Amino acid sequence: MSALLEVEGIRKKYGQFEVLKGVSLQLERGQAKVVMGPSGTGKSTLLRCINYLTPPDAGTVRLDGEEVVPRNLNRIRQQVAFVFQDFNLFTHLRVIDNITIGPRRILGLSKTEARDRAMRELERVGLADKVRAYPAELSGGQQQRVSIARALAMEPKVILFDEPTSALDPELTGEVVNVMKRLASEGMTMLVVSHEIGFARSAADEIVFMDGGHILEQGPPAQLFDAPQHERTRRFLRMIGDQVGDAAAAGEGA
Amino acid sequence: MSDFLDFAAEHLPYILAGVPTTLALWILAITFGFFFGLVLAWCRIYGKKPAYWASTGYIEIFRGTPMLVQMLFIYLGLPEVGLTFDPFTAAVIAIGLNTSAYQAEYFRGAIQSIPQGQMTAARAMGMSDLQGLIFIVLPQALRRVIPQWSNEAILELKFTSIAFAIGVTEITARAETIGFKTFRFFEIFLIVAAVYFVLTATVAQILHIVERRTAVPGLTLGR
Repeated sequence: MSALLEVEGIRKKYGQFEVLKGVSLQLERGQAKVVMGPSGTGKSTLLRCINYLTPPDAGTVRLDGEEVVPRNLNRIRQQVAFVFQDFNLFTHLRVIDNITIGPRRILGLSKTEARDRAMRELERVGLADKVRAYPAELSGGQQQRVSIARALAMEPKVILFDEPTSALDPELTGEVVNVMKRLASEGMTMLVVSHEIGFARSAADEIVFMDGGHILEQGPPAQLFDAPQHERTRRFLRMIGDQVGDAAAAGEGA
Repeated sequence: MSDFLDFAAEHLPYILAGVPTTLALWILAITFGFFFGLVLAWCRIYGKKPAYWASTGYIEIFRGTPMLVQMLFIYLGLPEVGLTFDPFTAAVIAIGLNTSAYQAEYFRGAIQSIPQGQMTAARAMGMSDLQGLIFIVLPQALRRVIPQWSNEAILELKFTSIAFAIGVTEITARAETIGFKTFRFFEIFLIVAAVYFVLTATVAQILHIVERRTAVPGLTLGR
């Protein structure tokens, strides 16, 4: 059986600067992969190229064997959820409406169906008591958990996480990481750009190390963390090991 | 004083009979301006070159020339090229076209003040750009624009008075008629000013309530 998500030869240039120099990776059903690497290596750009929020210059993306093209883009995006670094909850909607708007307006569920589904997902992220709150009334960690519930309510085939804890204070990252660990253990297919070593070690099936627009090496966490092949990987791991909190707090950008 | 009250009692009903015309003129014009203003704002933000330039040119011309001149052009000028309107319709068109140019700029500012991430999140979940605009961006932008829009709406309520120049019998025209009949301009224009004041104060209060009841934490400036 072919992989659920197949990314092949993605290239992306900003002006003269080539951010992605032909990146390929595969994600099997139920697999959780974590993408790591220094700032400006194109990790976030890769994620955005996968659902065409940033259209790649070259390369293909296949979901379940179907190639992503402009014509089927909106339909593919319903099955590839995206969790943003800065949450991007809809400011004018209460928590419950943030979660139901996709199922109702895009998937065409009835009001009660969408509501039931939203409540189920809110319980999953432990925020059932915040149904009526507005995003501005929540902490960063709570906002990110709501945005994960919003992603789950679309019942996607895969969720892309773009540095989901980078905008959070260190004491708030734990609650988000715990939710993500649970999802991974429940068999959700996930592609995660993050430097959360804890999550990567315990929940990821595979780590992808990117540098300079390439994938330098990939493998199971034990292999990549404990016996990295490349000097560049070793140096990077040493650096984030030295400043675990700082690396997350510094954020990544593109 | 009792003389003034007698005068007011005698002529107020005739003035007030013009209120429905004034309000109809106003509501039709600002409603037209609302929808056309949204279209113009869309063209300026998302439109391709021709739509961008057409809407920009439109907005500059209508903001750069007097509304009275626009109204006279529509009512007296256009018939020469075969387009004839009754006074009321001509006034609605003139005020509506004029306010659409101002409303468009307020809408544009409000739409552009909504962070990009909102539209990105809408697109990422599979919404089309139009769905993202309707369900996500506009509900936020319209809440933010209420204070400026209220100013514009109240301004236009007062601007309906210039329709008297092309013979619409709204309240200013009625006051003028009484003035020339009684030669008591001082009293009659005080009375008509008071009528306008009650109307604008009422509208301001209603819009203020709308603003308060639609307010959302983190989106609009709370008070």
